[in-house]
Amino acid sequence: MDPAAPPLRLTFGAPHARPGTAPDFSDFPVPEAGAMRRPPVDTPAEEMRDLAFGMIRILDDAGEARGPWAEALALDDAAQLEGLRHMLTLRAYDARMLLAQRQQKTSFYMQHLGEEAISCAFQRALRPGDMNFPTYRQAGLLIASGYPIGTMMCQVYGNDGDPGRGRQLPVLYSSKAHGFFSISGNLGTQYIQAVGWAMGSALSGAEAIAAAWIGDGSTAESDFHAALVFASSYRVPVILNIVNNQWAISTYQEVARGSVGTFAARGHGFGIPALRVDGNDYLAVVAAARWAAERARRNLGPTLIEHVTYRAAGHSTSDDPSAYRPSDEGASWPLGDPVARLRDHLIARGVWSAERHAQAEAEILAGVIEAQKQAEAIGTLHQGRRPSPAEMFDDVYAEMPPHLRRQRQQAGF
Amino acid sequence: MATMTMIEAIRDALDLALTEDSRVTLFGEDVGYFGGVFRCTAGLQQKHGVARCFDTPISELGIVGAAIGMAAFGRRPVVEIQFADYMYPAYDQIVSEAARMRYRTAGEFTCPLVVRMPTGGGIFGGQTHSQSTEALFTHVTGLKTVVPSTPYDAKGLLLAAIDDPDPVIFLEPKRLYNGPFDGHHDRPVTPWRGHPLAEVPKGRYHLPLGQAAIRRAGTQLTVLAYGTMVHVALAAVAETGIDAEVIDLRTLLPLDLETITTSVRRTGRCVIVHEATLTSGFGAELAAQVQAECFWHLEAPVERVAGWDTPYPHTAEWDYFPGPARVAAACRRVMET
Ligand SMILES: Cc1ncc(C[n+]2csc(CCOP(=O)(O)OP(=O)(O)O)c2C)c(N)n1
Ligand SMILES: [Mg+2]
Repeated sequence: MDPAAPPLRLTFGAPHARPGTAPDFSDFPVPEAGAMRRPPVDTPAEEMRDLAFGMIRILDDAGEARGPWAEALALDDAAQLEGLRHMLTLRAYDARMLLAQRQQKTSFYMQHLGEEAISCAFQRALRPGDMNFPTYRQAGLLIASGYPIGTMMCQVYGNDGDPGRGRQLPVLYSSKAHGFFSISGNLGTQYIQAVGWAMGSALSGAEAIAAAWIGDGSTAESDFHAALVFASSYRVPVILNIVNNQWAISTYQEVARGSVGTFAARGHGFGIPALRVDGNDYLAVVAAARWAAERARRNLGPTLIEHVTYRAAGHSTSDDPSAYRPSDEGASWPLGDPVARLRDHLIARGVWSAERHAQAEAEILAGVIEAQKQAEAIGTLHQGRRPSPAEMFDDVYAEMPPHLRRQRQQAGF
Repeated sequence: MATMTMIEAIRDALDLALTEDSRVTLFGEDVGYFGGVFRCTAGLQQKHGVARCFDTPISELGIVGAAIGMAAFGRRPVVEIQFADYMYPAYDQIVSEAARMRYRTAGEFTCPLVVRMPTGGGIFGGQTHSQSTEALFTHVTGLKTVVPSTPYDAKGLLLAAIDDPDPVIFLEPKRLYNGPFDGHHDRPVTPWRGHPLAEVPKGRYHLPLGQAAIRRAGTQLTVLAYGTMVHVALAAVAETGIDAEVIDLRTLLPLDLETITTSVRRTGRCVIVHEATLTSGFGAELAAQVQAECFWHLEAPVERVAGWDTPYPHTAEWDYFPGPARVAAACRRVMET
């Protein structure tokens, strides 16, 4: 035995701050907007490692769009204004559904506050036929693809207008037509399914690509690693998204990431090109998503994208984040608010104004409230028209086996 | 004596185990600083230090796999899976590894670990926060499976589980965490306060694994239940006026067959209740044992009341849940034969 050897011990990371201490993101580097290079889409992974450690940012503090990613993007004003509307719609929708949950019109809800840009912007890179495999925090994909928010509300209420017939927990939407695969409540499972879907598309000689979604915390699941190895082995036409919103319920992202490196850097262990993007920058997310989509469509293989953001609200309506992080932590988050940043950019460009913004907010809220009235006219969790309980026995199998038929009868249907 | 909720009783047991046995280590998703989404470990990291109670990455496979290695080293890991519905990634580690370690090494390596997980529905949690997975464990030889139904039992059984030399699956009926829920979801919530079985003594006591409890003595019919369904069965029996004996199994494996058979031989009638789906559920095992041991005493076929063979639906939760009305109807049917 080596008498000089110290007793072994483990290291336990801790977040910047806990309740009772001041929020502190001082060791969170925020690279300058526009500074990150934009390599050609066919660049080999090993020649673009810097993109996994830096950050693609387009919008600077003055609302100016900067750098090579902005130049290549060329998103016109109409599209940017539409993007702003999508984010405002998602935010208004969240606010109304949160309230509805508090009024016991539904059992549960999960918000996107602070993360609206990611899902709203990403959808711009996809085409009809492409498929997202989202988590519960990407409803912007649906909104940006034109899915009716009234139908989303019906899902949340589990009423007779819910296409999922009240079977799934609120916010676990599904829409094949809108490229939105049914959300599972089990974390991570869908990451590898997205890879398989894209393999199916390629094996069929089709044109559709897939986008996988996962949270920072959930990257720890084995499904994540299985997805990366399959995507890498077969150069699968898939975009592998990680939404790093700093928190996994009460657990700080460092627990899943380890104390060094970035989530994006995980791609390099598998030879997958990886981008790390300012997730609160609508334009940067569109730019990165389009770069990755082009790689997929040109058979150049998968891309990993880490979207860096902050979960400004509680994990869900069952969560009180003031128990594990300073309640004012969100205010110090260095990447700001995605809605305000795009708004300020559009104002700086002279195509938008504070008055028009306020007016748009009011209009959008009124539209959301109108949709909510219609959804509630059908029913809510405990009132109105709901799917018949008899439907509980449908869709377990394509054809109902005798034992289920018997049980349905016993249940009185 | 202090009354405790089931959450407090579990926390008390964990606190004692950490205090008295330096090998005990708790970990799982959100169990450290925050103290778990159901707060069963609240304050334990602050009291015992981060190395004794810590947060893990979200990997159930990782949690159980690490616990196996740690247990084999000689520690006593007590890990939490946030919901039983999320144990599937860990299932290979539980089944192929933890359950078989002693056997395949002829006792050279063992896995004295406890895997705690909230189980069952009744909280509008949909199919991924409501499942009852006990039969997936009782089917695996090498595991012990425990399901407490009261705060008093939860503490005594958990302390016994932690001291057990073999892997124990400890299923906590989440609908019982805060009160003895009897299935009447439309009535005001009853808290544990004032319930005799919520009186939890200070300090260590063990309830041996494999010992059932008679919750209501009776002569006409035997009802076998565990977890939430014990309280549902008691409510149902009270409503029927049948003089039924209600047995709370407490441990499914090892099973207290003697208490069961003694009762059924006396009453001649048996109803089995569980929340998990019917087909290949633990009730099938119970029914087989009862007919084998009590065949000549049975006056009526054994009945099972269980969750329907569908995934746990969200909005139709109370049509799915085998509540007091269904249990009472089964009791009446069995009495009529
Ligand atoms: C397999 C599995 N384990 C645990 C959970 C419980 N759970 C739900 S959300 C969550 C945190 C996820 O954090 P992250 O991946 O960072 O996503 P975020 O909620 O931040 O968007 C946990 C632990 C689950 N749903 N599935
Ligand atoms: Mg997260």
